[in-house]
Amino acid sequence: MTRTDDPTPPPVAELERVTRTYRMGTNEVRALDELSFAFGRGEYWAVMGSSGSGKSTLLNLLGCLDRPSSGHYRIEGVDVSTLDDDQLSEIRSQKLGFVFQSYNLIAQLNVLENILVPLFYQDDPPPGAEQRARGLAERVGLGNRLDHRPMELSGGQQQRVAIARALVNHPTLILADEATGNLDSQTAQEILALLDELHAEGRTILIVTHEPDVGARAQHVLRLKDGRIETVVRDQNPAPTRRALEVR
Amino acid sequence: MKGPSLLRTVRLGVSSLLLHKLRSLLTMLGVLFGVFAVIAMLAIGEGGRVEAIERIRGLGTLNVLARSVKPPEVFATGQQAVRVVSYGLTEADLARVSATFPGVRCVVPVREIFEEVRHGDRAMNPRVLATQPIYIDVTGRNVVEGRFLAEEDERNVANVCVLDYDVARYLFPFESPLGQEVKIGGDYFSVVGTVLPRVRQESDPGKAGAGTAEIFIPLETGRKWYGNVQVKIRAGSREMEEVELHELVVAVDRQENVMFVADSVREMLVRNHPNGDYEVRVPLELIREVEAQARLWSFVLAAIAVISLVVGGIGITNVMLATVTERTREIGIRRALGAKRNQIVVQFLVETVTLCIVGGLVGVAAGLLSPWVLEQVLHKRAIVTLNSPFLAFSISVVIGVVAGLYPAWRAANMDPVEALRHE
Repeated sequence: MTRTDDPTPPPVAELERVTRTYRMGTNEVRALDELSFAFGRGEYWAVMGSSGSGKSTLLNLLGCLDRPSSGHYRIEGVDVSTLDDDQLSEIRSQKLGFVFQSYNLIAQLNVLENILVPLFYQDDPPPGAEQRARGLAERVGLGNRLDHRPMELSGGQQQRVAIARALVNHPTLILADEATGNLDSQTAQEILALLDELHAEGRTILIVTHEPDVGARAQHVLRLKDGRIETVVRDQNPAPTRRALEVR
Repeated sequence: MKGPSLLRTVRLGVSSLLLHKLRSLLTMLGVLFGVFAVIAMLAIGEGGRVEAIERIRGLGTLNVLARSVKPPEVFATGQQAVRVVSYGLTEADLARVSATFPGVRCVVPVREIFEEVRHGDRAMNPRVLATQPIYIDVTGRNVVEGRFLAEEDERNVANVCVLDYDVARYLFPFESPLGQEVKIGGDYFSVVGTVLPRVRQESDPGKAGAGTAEIFIPLETGRKWYGNVQVKIRAGSREMEEVELHELVVAVDRQENVMFVADSVREMLVRNHPNGDYEVRVPLELIREVEAQARLWSFVLAAIAVISLVVGGIGITNVMLATVTERTREIGIRRALGAKRNQIVVQFLVETVTLCIVGGLVGVAAGLLSPWVLEQVLHKRAIVTLNSPFLAFSISVVIGVVAGLYPAWRAANMDPVEALRHE
């Protein structure tokens, strides 16, 4: 699937006529309706849309927490639609990083342990896992809070831990679900700055949000309506971060 | 799941348990008591069995006992004022048994004399048994002091007697009875020895509480002084009984022959005593019966205890179901971050199995102490057999797995999306 003549980078996640239907009593609801789209490597996408537009469903599918009712979804060329539950878990632990709106840290574990959870479920945890987790905690500014429990941290700090956790397994795709939804604007800016930084490093990020200013910071915007694509805006910001990186 | 990841999962389970110490402790108690109960119940069963068998052993496992029994249908012979009831084993039976049956080592006749025994102002009613010297060999009794009856006593028709230890202690509380005199009915006997008492049996004749105290005198002496006809005073009425021999102890040479000899003796007696004025007891048979009974009892007791263990298991299932619901969100997070279903199953199974292992071990420790406690409190003999702790412990672990399986399965099969949304 290499298309050398195509200017867009090779897709990390590719949807092909994906439909997801839910049964609500006797009605059938189409949360996603024959959606086809490709997210390229190193891109930073904001997925926007009103509630009920299919944002969450799309995120669950992309996160391999759900399977399409029909159509195909490929991560780095692997068709996920045909995988069984264990294989999906494997993909989640190897290729995906999650950042949730409500942080979703495990209350009984401390910061370091929380960051290590994704590696906990890999059959062959990479060597130096703890060292890496320490480094990530350092990076998100929590190097001195390693043995704190989530309850002892502020919302912003918890979300930083969650981001560190999302990075620990070297994911090919980072999925953020309303990552700033529970934070005040000051803290939200810090988290968004962190995401910008990750994008600048070349990571593929997808953030689901309904806040316009969060969407405005992303490189590209995908707007959904009734389970279909409404608009696609590419390169709304002329990649300032990438240039900044080149200067350095 | 590989070794190191299993180890991590075990550590995770244990730390979850420690998070709710009281809850874990209470859940564990069900298993603890269950395991304790299984061990204690089996120990009580075993203690009862051993005790019963020891009692029967006192009769001699190589013996067949034939005893005279007053037949119910025998009433007064005629309308005389004084009734004489005649029944029981005879010298002819003795001769037949000793002469005919192969495998019989010897036959020891025993007569019982119903007289009061006195020494000074102390009186008691032990069984007075007139028998031959060989009696002590076939019953395996032990001499404490002096000697048992001897052949020359028999020849001389000597007025000598041997007391069992209970009688000796009662009649001669402060001195050795050797060389002293006791009065049996109207005659004086000098004491030549004492023997260990027999372990009491439920089926022993005589008043309850009278014990099994026994005095032995030579057979010939008994015959000479007390005759075959004895007067019994019962509930105000006088009754005369004529019994030649009260008991025959048939000693068999080898254990394999015991049942054969017992059957032969029964057959012979049926033919010669159509009125059924006898009973044959075979200690070996009794032991087998007791063992069968003890097995049944142990089974019943253990079954009850296992039920309590199962109830403990149900308690664990209940608590784990609540825990799984409470931790729905955590399960969702773990699943989203890559936990496979079986890793979630193992995480929760580790918790229940750990509870059962710890509870089981403490239960085993308590169970091992149970015989001591039972003896102190209930004065019951209890014996922990070697395999019962292993049995109880493995049942508890199996119950832990079974009890944890359903909650763990529930946890693993939650939809991760739903679980993440759970508040």
